[in-house]
Amino acid sequence: MAYNLKQECCKPERFVGGHRLCAGCGAGVAVRGVLRALNPEDKSVSGVATSCLEVSSVLYPFTAWNEGYIHSAFENVAATIAGCEAAYKAKKRKGEIKDSYKFTAFAGDGGTYDIGLQSLSGALERGHDMVYVCYDNEAYMNTGLQRSSATPKFAEVSTSPVGTEIPGKMQHKKDLTEIVVGHGVPYVAQTTFTANFKDLHEKAYKAHYTPGANFLNILAPCPRGWRYAPEDLMKICKLAVDTCVWPLYEVVEGEWKLTYEPKNKLPIEDYIKEQGRFRHLFSMPNGEEMIADLQAHVDKKWEKLLKKCK
Amino acid sequence: MAIRERLSGNEAIATALKQVNPDVVAAYPITPSTEVVHYFSQYVADGKVGTEFVAVESEHSAMSACIGAQAAGARSATVTSACGLALMWELLYVASGHRLPVTLAVINRALSGPININNDHSDSMGARDSGWIQLYSENNQEAYDNYLMSLRIAEHPDVLLPTMTCQDGFITSHAIENIELLETEAVQKFVGKYKPERHLIDGKPMSVGPYDTVQFYFEHQYQRAQAMLGAKKVILDVFKEFGELTGRKYGLFEEYKMEDAERAIVVLNSSAGTAKYVCDKLRANGEKVGVIKLRVFRPFPMAEIAKALAHVKAVAVMDKCDSFSAVGGPVFADVRSACYDLENRPLMINYIYGLGGRDVPVENFETVYAALSEVIKTGKADNFYRHVGVRGV
Repeated sequence: MAYNLKQECCKPERFVGGHRLCAGCGAGVAVRGVLRALNPEDKSVSGVATSCLEVSSVLYPFTAWNEGYIHSAFENVAATIAGCEAAYKAKKRKGEIKDSYKFTAFAGDGGTYDIGLQSLSGALERGHDMVYVCYDNEAYMNTGLQRSSATPKFAEVSTSPVGTEIPGKMQHKKDLTEIVVGHGVPYVAQTTFTANFKDLHEKAYKAHYTPGANFLNILAPCPRGWRYAPEDLMKICKLAVDTCVWPLYEVVEGEWKLTYEPKNKLPIEDYIKEQGRFRHLFSMPNGEEMIADLQAHVDKKWEKLLKKCK
Repeated sequence: MAIRERLSGNEAIATALKQVNPDVVAAYPITPSTEVVHYFSQYVADGKVGTEFVAVESEHSAMSACIGAQAAGARSATVTSACGLALMWELLYVASGHRLPVTLAVINRALSGPININNDHSDSMGARDSGWIQLYSENNQEAYDNYLMSLRIAEHPDVLLPTMTCQDGFITSHAIENIELLETEAVQKFVGKYKPERHLIDGKPMSVGPYDTVQFYFEHQYQRAQAMLGAKKVILDVFKEFGELTGRKYGLFEEYKMEDAERAIVVLNSSAGTAKYVCDKLRANGEKVGVIKLRVFRPFPMAEIAKALAHVKAVAVMDKCDSFSAVGGPVFADVRSACYDLENRPLMINYIYGLGGRDVPVENFETVYAALSEVIKTGKADNFYRHVGVRGV
C-alpha cells in the first residue's frame, strides 16, 4: 500500500507526548517515526542508551513509552537489546510467548559512534533480529554539547571551542554508516526528516522487517547545540540533504542505492549559515578557506557515494 | 538417586548450568573461567540445552545482555574471572539496582596490574558492595551446590538480587575431584520455573531502568539494602531445603572445631581445606584451635560471626586480597566490625595471603596459629595488618 502520512499518524502512538525533550529536537521525532513504521499487530521493546532521549522520556514514575522500554547504561544499548531479543527467541522456542515482538535500540551519536561502538559492532556481527537506530545530533548534547567523533569539522562545541588559535573541531566527522556497512548486515540506511517523512518511514519499515541486525543512521538536529530556532528543524534537515552534507541512501545486502538526489546541489554555506555553531566561519579572516575545505569534503564524499550507488 | 562423578570445579558449574537449562547464557572467554563456556557451548551445539547462547564481544556486553534478557523474563546466567568481572563493574550495580536475579559464577583470579592469571580474591572482593549476594565455595561440590542454591535465593520475591557464586581459579576450577550430582530432574524440581511478576515481553507496557530523580533514588537504594537484609532468612531456608534434598547441610559459615577454640582462623574458598588440615594437626597436640569458613559474604552474617567468635581469645582473618586501605583486607574489616559489640572482644589480626596464585602451604597456617599464640601471650594485636607468604616480610 502506498505511503500515506495521514493514515500512518492515525496509528496509536508507541512513544507518547508529555516527555521533556526540547521543542525543535530531532530525537523524539526520530523515535516516533521509527516506531510508527511497525505493523500494529507487532509489539515492541525499545532499548535506549543514556542520552537526552533517556533522561527526558522516563523520569520515575513517568514514562513516555507506551510499550516495552529498557535503559541500562550508556555504552551498551546494543548488547542490552540483544539480550532482550535472545530472551524472546528462547521463550518463543519454548512456547512461552505468543505475541510477536520487535526489538529496537536507540542511541545518540556519542552512544553509537564513540562509547557504544564495540557493543554495536558485536550485536551486528552476531546478527540479532533487531534494529539499531542512531539519532545523530553530532555532539554529546545531554552532558553539555561536547565534541563526539560525529561532530563535523569546524563546528563549535564545548570541548572544541572556537579560540584565538583553534577554530572549533579540527577533524571531519567519522562515517559510521560505512563502518556499519562493513559488517555485512542485511539493511543499512541513512535518513532524516523530509517533508512527509516518507524516506524515514520506508527505511524504518525495511529495517524492522528485514530479518537480522539492521541499522538506521538518522540525522536528528539539536536546537541547543546547533543553535537554530526550534521551528527550523525541518528546514535544517532539508538543507542537510540538499547540500549533500547528509545524503539519503540505503545499502541492501551490500547494494548501495541513493534514495534522493537533489536536483540542484546547494552550496554548504546554505546549510551552515543557519546554525550558530558555524557562525565563526563567516567572521574569521580565513573563514572562506575553511568553508571551502568543508565544501571540498562534502563534494569528495558525495562523488564517492554516487560511484557506489551506480 | 544422586550421581557420583569426578569433575573439575569448572565442569561442576557447567553441569549445574546444563541441568538448570537457563533461557539465556551470555559469556566471553577469560582464563580460568573459559572452560565453563567451552563445556556449555558444546551442550548448546549438541542440543542438550534449550538455552539461547550469546557469544558476546566482551564481559561488559555479557552482563548487559544478561540484564536485557532477565528484564525480558529470561533466566539468564554468565561466568567470568578477574578483569572480566572488573569490566562488568558498571553493570553489576545496574543488575542489582534493577532487581534482576542474574546468576554469575566467578572463578576467582587476581586483578591486573601487572597481569596475573592465577588465583586470589581481588576480583569478587572488589565487587562486594555492588548489591550482589556472594557465596564462596571450598571445592567443586560446594561450587555446584552453591550455584544451584544461588538461583533460588536470587529469584525469591523477597530478595530479587543477583548472585555471585565464587570458587578459586585453577585450585578448584581445574582440579578434578569426586562430586555428587543431583539428577537433572531433581535440579529442575529444586530450581523450579522462573516466573517474574512482570517482564518486558509479557504483553503489557513496562519501563525498566528509569531516570531516578532526587525524589526517588534514595528510596530505591533503601529498598535494595532492605532486600540484602532480608536475604539471610531466604538463604537459610534455601540451604535447609537443599540439605533435606541432598543431605549436604550448609550454614552461613562453617564452624570447624570451634566449640572450645581459643584461637580461630577465618577464611573462605579453597584455603579453608588447608586451614582445617593444620587445625587437625594442632588439635592432635591438644591445642585449642578452630576454623571458620565463610560461605555467605554478602549479606555479611554479622551477628552470627560475632556469636561464633565471642568465646575465642584471638582471631586471624585471612584475606586473599588486599584492599589497599592501609588497614587490612575486606574480610578483616567486616569480621573485626562484627566483634565490636562483644563484651569480651577477641584480639584480632589480619593476614593478606596467597596473592596472584602464590602457593598457600600448611606452613602459612602454622605461622598464623603460632602468631595467634603470641598475640594471646602478649595481649596485644596492635600490629594487626600482616602478610604471610610474601618474600622479605
